[in-house]
Amino acid sequence: MTNPTSSGRLSMRLGYRFNLVGMSALGIILLWAGIALFAPQIIPHSVGEIVDTDYFGPVSRDLWFGSDYLGRDIFSRILMGARYTLGISLAAVSIACFSGVALGMTAAVAGGWFDSMLSRFLDALNSIPSKLFGLVVVAAVGSSIPALIATLSVIYTPGAYRFARALAVNVNTMDFMVVARIRGERLPYLIASEILPNILGPVLADLGLRFVFIVLLLSGLSFLGLGVQPPYADWGALVRENIGGLPFGAPAVIFPSLAIASLTISVNLLIDNLPSRIRDRSAE
Amino acid sequence: MRGQVSSLVARRLIIALITLVIVSFAVFFATTLLPGDTATILLGQSATPEAVEGLRKAMHLDDPAIIRFLRWIAGLVQGDFGKSYANNVPVATLISGRFVNTMKLAGLTAVIAVPLALTLGITAAMWRGTLYDRIVTVGTIGIISVPEFMIATLAVLLFAVYLKWLPALSLTNEVKSLHDLVRIYAMPVMTLTFGVSAQMIRMTRAAVVETLNTPYVEMALLKGASRPRLVLRHALPNALGPIINAVALSLSYLLGGVIIVETIFNYPGVAKLMVDAVSTRDLPLIQTCAMIFCLGYLALITAADIIAVLSNPRLR
Repeated sequence: MTNPTSSGRLSMRLGYRFNLVGMSALGIILLWAGIALFAPQIIPHSVGEIVDTDYFGPVSRDLWFGSDYLGRDIFSRILMGARYTLGISLAAVSIACFSGVALGMTAAVAGGWFDSMLSRFLDALNSIPSKLFGLVVVAAVGSSIPALIATLSVIYTPGAYRFARALAVNVNTMDFMVVARIRGERLPYLIASEILPNILGPVLADLGLRFVFIVLLLSGLSFLGLGVQPPYADWGALVRENIGGLPFGAPAVIFPSLAIASLTISVNLLIDNLPSRIRDRSAE
Repeated sequence: MRGQVSSLVARRLIIALITLVIVSFAVFFATTLLPGDTATILLGQSATPEAVEGLRKAMHLDDPAIIRFLRWIAGLVQGDFGKSYANNVPVATLISGRFVNTMKLAGLTAVIAVPLALTLGITAAMWRGTLYDRIVTVGTIGIISVPEFMIATLAVLLFAVYLKWLPALSLTNEVKSLHDLVRIYAMPVMTLTFGVSAQMIRMTRAAVVETLNTPYVEMALLKGASRPRLVLRHALPNALGPIINAVALSLSYLLGGVIIVETIFNYPGVAKLMVDAVSTRDLPLIQTCAMIFCLGYLALITAADIIAVLSNPRLR
C-alpha cells in the first residue's frame, strides 16, 4: 500500500513494541501460574473465614479487593480460585490437544476410510455450539472436577484435530515423508519423528488459543452454576456468588471478572506477538 | 459449470443432514446418561415398585436405547417433542412463546450488529496501519478475550447502577410503548452486539485486507485511485463472498451468547428455559432446546459454506 521503506520501518518499530507487549503478557501469565501454585501459602486470610462484619464491603487496606456476600476476603478467594480456573483449563487443554493432535496426525498419514470417518464424526461434534454441549453433558454427568475436565477436553478435541490434520496433510506431501515411507518406517515413527517436529510451533500457538476458549467456557459454565461447585470456587463461580452485589457496584463482582480478563487477554496478546518463525508455518 | 455448483451445494446439504443425525444421536445419548431412573424420579421416593414398573412400561423405558432414539427422532420430525417431566405440559407449548422471544432478541441484535460491524471492519481495513485501525483491532481482541457475562455485568454497572438509565432486569410482559421496548432490550442487545460484532469485524477486516493485497488493487493504486475508491469500488465486490461468509459464521456466535445473556438479564427465552431445565434435569425439554440450538447453528454454518461456494466466480 504505502512505499516499501516506510512500511518496513513501521513493522520494525511495531515489532519491537509488540515484543514488549508480548513480554508483559508472558509476565502476567507467569504471575498467575505462580499464584496458582503457591496460593495456600500466600493468601492473607483463609478462604472460608468471615473477616468483615459487613457484606460486599469496599476496598480497604486490610481487604484489598473488598469482601464478598458473606463478608469473606475476595482477594484470598481470587488467589485460590486461580488454582481451579488455571488447573482445570490446563488439564483440559492438554488432554484435548494431545488427543486431537495425535488423531489428526494419524488421520493425515493413514488417510483412507479412517481419515474420512474420523473427520466426518469430529466435524459433527464440532457443529454443536460449545456452551450448549457443556450444558447437556454437565446435565448428564454432573459437575465434579474430573467430569468438567473430561467434558471440556471432549468439546475442544475436534478443533485441535482439524487444525493438526490440516498442518499434517501439508507435511505429508513432502519428499522426506516419501523417503521415510520407502525406508519402511512404521506409522508411530512417521508421526512422532517426521510430522510432529514440523508442526510443533503452530500446534503450540493453537494450544494457547484453545486454552483461552476453555477458560472462557469454564467461567461461563461456573457462572451459570453448572461448573465448579461450592465449597470450591473458580473465578466464574466467584462472579456468580457475588452477582447480588451488582446493584451496589460491589468490588466482589468486578475483581474476579478482571482476573479472568487479565489472563485471557494476556494469552491472546502473547500468541499474537510470538516470533513469526513460530506462528507463520500454519497451513490454513 | 452450473451443474458443478449445484452438485457442490447438494453435497454441502447432504453433509449437513448427516451431521444433524450424528448431533441428534449425541444429544440423545448424552441426556440418557443421566443417573437415576426417570420413573422413580417422576413418582418420587415413596412410590410403590408396581407403580414405578407401570410407568416404565407406559413410557417404554425398558426398550433398548436405539429403539427409544428412533421413536424420539420420529416424534421430532412429526412435531411431537414429548412432555416436560417437571409439570407435564407438552414441550411444544412451553417452547413456542419462548422461541419467539429469543428470535426477537437475536433478530434485533443482528439488525444492529451487522451494519455496525461491516462499517467498522471495512473502514479499519481501508485505513490499515493507522491509529484508528489499531484501536479497532485491539478493541476487538479485548472483547473476544473476555467472557460474555463480564460485558453484561459491566453494562449493568455502567447503565443501571451509575447512570441509572436502564433497568437491570428484562421483563418482556411490561411492554407498553416504544420507550419500554428500548429500556428492556437495550442491555441484552448491547451485550450480544459487542460479542457478535467483535467477531464479525475481525473476519471482515481480514477478508478486505486479503483482497487489498492482490495485484489488481495495486494496479488501481498506481492508476491513482483514492483509498475509499480503491476499497469500495475495486476490492469490496471481490471480498463480498468472504464477508457474507463471515457474517453467517459470526451470527452463529449468537447461539452461545444468548445462553449467558438470557440468564443474566432474566430474559424469558429458549436459552433461559434450557438452563432451568438443566438444573431440574427435565430431559425432554433439554433435548428439544438442544436440538433447536444445534439446528440453528448448523443452518448458519451450512449457509456460510454454501455462500462461500456460490461467491467463487471460478465455479460459476
